[in-house]
Amino acid sequence: MIPLTWSCPLPGGGLAQEYALTFDHGRARRLLVIPALFDEANRLRRFTVEVMRRLDQAGIDTLLPDLPGTNESLQPLHLLEPQDWADAMAAAARLFEATHVLAIRGGCLLTPPGVPALHYAPAKAPAILRQMLRARTLAAREAGREETREGLMTLALAEGIELAGYRLGAEFVRQFEALTVANKAIEIAQDTIGGSGLWLRAEPGDSAVQADALAAVVMVALA
Amino acid sequence: MSDDTDLLLRRILTDVLGLKQNQASDFTEDTGLFGHLPELDSMAVAGLLTELEDRLDIVIDDDEIDGEMLETYGGLLAFAKAKRKTA
Repeated sequence: MIPLTWSCPLPGGGLAQEYALTFDHGRARRLLVIPALFDEANRLRRFTVEVMRRLDQAGIDTLLPDLPGTNESLQPLHLLEPQDWADAMAAAARLFEATHVLAIRGGCLLTPPGVPALHYAPAKAPAILRQMLRARTLAAREAGREETREGLMTLALAEGIELAGYRLGAEFVRQFEALTVANKAIEIAQDTIGGSGLWLRAEPGDSAVQADALAAVVMVALA
Repeated sequence: MSDDTDLLLRRILTDVLGLKQNQASDFTEDTGLFGHLPELDSMAVAGLLTELEDRLDIVIDDDEIDGEMLETYGGLLAFAKAKRKTA
């Protein structure tokens, strides 16, 4: 596994260097992995990389890029929009010459067009947003403040908001709320993998059995 | 129809807390949850409530969530059962 940087297009033009993890041996099958979003990205990071290790063993190259404004990225997230994430993933697919895409949970909302895609347990944008808003109202209540999801949403659309440690601009929230899976993909449901999804875990977890299962489904799809 | 809320709730907690199979069967009415288990932070509780909604087919409003309902297993179970009756 090699960490590298790649040239990611900036919203206003120009390029930024972004980080990616990769298994690249110039092989014929090349899979772009689009990570889960926000806190789920952390909870699924190890699982995602474990799946990539297995695919490497099976002769498939993989690239896991950062979404601009997250993980190691130096881009200010509050100035970005979901479209910038989608553009970044499209650019990563081109640079890596991806033959396929594997998107995970909320990452399925960012699948670039024109590349055969697999969607693992796709999450809906309103559900992702709702859960982060709920977490914030719970935290506020614990701290003795009263916040409601409706009130926070109004605030978010007016001036942006910080959710689960992510500073999101008003335009980001507005676009994200309406985001849907844009491109056709083969869906891989959690039932196919077995067990309960690791994104549900309060603490980041790991499952060799589930990583084996997801890698096997990907291998069959790419065969 | 027998009430499977207890079983479903234990399953959800197993998934969220990453418990071993059957570990959640040791939960009693008084087993402490929010404020007692360090891993159950606000993000985890938000996830837990969302799973409750999906799997029990209920909708939980902000103003229904209070400390008492989240504090113990018994509190959460009583809440879930009452919600399912009115759903």
